[in-house]
Amino acid sequence: MSRKRTLAAAAVLLTGGLVLSACGGGGTTGSEAAGGANTVKIGFAGDLTGKNSGIVIPGRNGARLAIDEYDATNPPVKVELTEYDTQGDASQAVPVLTKAVTEDKIAGLIGPAFSGESKAADPILEQAKVPNISQSATNPGLATHGWKYWHRIVANDNDQGPAVADYLIRTRNAKTAFVINDDQEYSVGIADAAAKEFAAKGVQVSRDKVVKGASDFSSTVTKVKAAKPDLIFYGGYAAESGPLTKQLRDSGVTATFASGDGSTDQTYIDAAGASAAEGAILSCPCVIPIGAQTGRLKELADKYKAKFGSDPEIYFSEGYDAATLFINAVKAGNTTPEKINDYLASAPPLDGYSKTIKFKPNGEVEATDVFIYTSKAGKLAYLGKSTDVK
Amino acid sequence: MVWNDVVAQFGPSTIGGLAFGSIYALIALGYTMVYGVLRLINFAHSEIFMIGTFAALFVLNLVDLSAPLSGLALVGMLLLLIVVAMAVSGGAAVLLEQVAYRPLRRHGASRLAALISAIGASIFLQELFALIVIPDVFHRPQQGGRLPVPGPRLVNRDVLFSIGNANVRTDQLIVIVAALIMMVLLNQLVNRSRIGRGIRATAQDPEAAVLMGVSIDGIVRLTFLLGGAMAGVAGVLYLMEFEVTNYFVGFALGIKAFTSAVLGGIGNLRGALLGGILLGLIENWGAIFFGSQWKDVIAFIVLVVVLLFRPTGILGESLQKARA
Repeated sequence: MSRKRTLAAAAVLLTGGLVLSACGGGGTTGSEAAGGANTVKIGFAGDLTGKNSGIVIPGRNGARLAIDEYDATNPPVKVELTEYDTQGDASQAVPVLTKAVTEDKIAGLIGPAFSGESKAADPILEQAKVPNISQSATNPGLATHGWKYWHRIVANDNDQGPAVADYLIRTRNAKTAFVINDDQEYSVGIADAAAKEFAAKGVQVSRDKVVKGASDFSSTVTKVKAAKPDLIFYGGYAAESGPLTKQLRDSGVTATFASGDGSTDQTYIDAAGASAAEGAILSCPCVIPIGAQTGRLKELADKYKAKFGSDPEIYFSEGYDAATLFINAVKAGNTTPEKINDYLASAPPLDGYSKTIKFKPNGEVEATDVFIYTSKAGKLAYLGKSTDVK
Repeated sequence: MVWNDVVAQFGPSTIGGLAFGSIYALIALGYTMVYGVLRLINFAHSEIFMIGTFAALFVLNLVDLSAPLSGLALVGMLLLLIVVAMAVSGGAAVLLEQVAYRPLRRHGASRLAALISAIGASIFLQELFALIVIPDVFHRPQQGGRLPVPGPRLVNRDVLFSIGNANVRTDQLIVIVAALIMMVLLNQLVNRSRIGRGIRATAQDPEAAVLMGVSIDGIVRLTFLLGGAMAGVAGVLYLMEFEVTNYFVGFALGIKAFTSAVLGGIGNLRGALLGGILLGLIENWGAIFFGSQWKDVIAFIVLVVVLLFRPTGILGESLQKARA
């Protein structure tokens, strides 16, 4: 008994020490970062090697491209990109980003990429006063914490869910919809938003939920078959939406399959198979420079191909734009986190590749456009803005 | 809940549950046999199944199918895949025993040590596939090893016949029939052959078996080989049905298969069959009433209730009782 007590006391002491040292480190960050050096460190945080890295790596590439271009001009103050692999996991994002603000003393961060990890790790950035811009965390709740250093440059799921729903109602003349999602933060948010919009517009909604990581969706498929919906909306990621689409089509369900940005990439089409994915409606608050793009987006796509040897994918343009915001801040002579944050709040709107970027006081971006993509012959194809496409 | 809905969903749910339950059952055999002989839960068995799916995928990539097969070509291809996957998974299971369990057994380590060794082997195998095998052997350096690896379509999804409103498709029928055949063969082997008698003797009383001239090491190796081979078959059927696999595929399935083994009575071959198919059915039937997200909850509630009344599972525990 006494041994146990000693152990417990030691454990309490140890954790206490850790917390204290973490606080101490966090407190000094603001003033020391970038102190007079001619390089400003910007971090990139997200799932770089995990299951959903397919929708994060393109954004990292975008940031890398923008920063390499800037540094190649030999500016007086260079920008250095440091990568932080969070595996998309809140429990990894917290320690990794604690290190970023205390040891590496980054002056700004692009990311975290997902909503769950953002919710867990953003308080660390807030406390350390490090400005952060997420290129892809779309959960609406993130904007409600009163964070001063948090920004995102895409519309949130309260915009995206209803936008896809409206698009589907307008183009498919639907009377009944079946909404499916798994139990993750993002999935529930976007599926609820879409279901609400369907119901508000008089479309009859049935629902089912799946378990993250499941492989057999036969019970969900059976429910869909029994309900005979005109269209199906799925909230979640490609790891489940791909196999689900395949199993629906294999059972003879022909209703339009639609999903949000968690499924808008090649991983979804590969997992579903080209024939099952054909014609699926995939939305994103992001602009992917693919297909029949012209002008500036084509120019950006060509740059991507030249540097990375493949077609640009989801959140690439947003990664590029987020990096550009930081670069512009540095160009204007702001090298400390505090000053960069002030710049983000007061700077003139940036005419970015993805959109015109101007932040609201709560960190949300003003432009909330949602874009529609589809799967055509095994490849992702661009259809247009959700309010314009026919 | 409208009664018509239940009627409309019951038939199709049953077919889906039977097909997926058959895969549970095949994997459950490996847990049950090893437990019967060694009183050890081989937690790395789920990775033996994962290796089976990749063995099948490797052969399919080599063959480079241009279109789904049917008739004799399909049967031949399935036999080829099953033989290869049985060999690879069986071999991997024997190797696993050699490396992760035998040294511990030699030194008389506790069962807890073997359990930790099993978990370690499981993590090792998963990471081996995620970091090396999938990127290099399956040529996916760009996507990395953690994204799902899609496979080709081996068989068309034609509806063969219908029972009421439930359509039975070719692929589902193949899964159910192939799983049943394999289980009958294994049951015969264990209950009728000489080596099967060795397995049963070792399960019953290892010391007496040694006195009767049974080589324990040989029997243990054989047990892992047979259990691994069954997981290999499960891997082929899984890949044929779902056409996609990943380094993590064994995790969820392994837990369910282990549950099936306990439900039917761990250590008991027929128990594994019964437990697997029951679990598949219960999950799907439960989903009709409560929604698919409750599948796992329902399955485990049934398990707890069964164990309350029959602590050793539905058919009882030991391998030798499989005769009764």
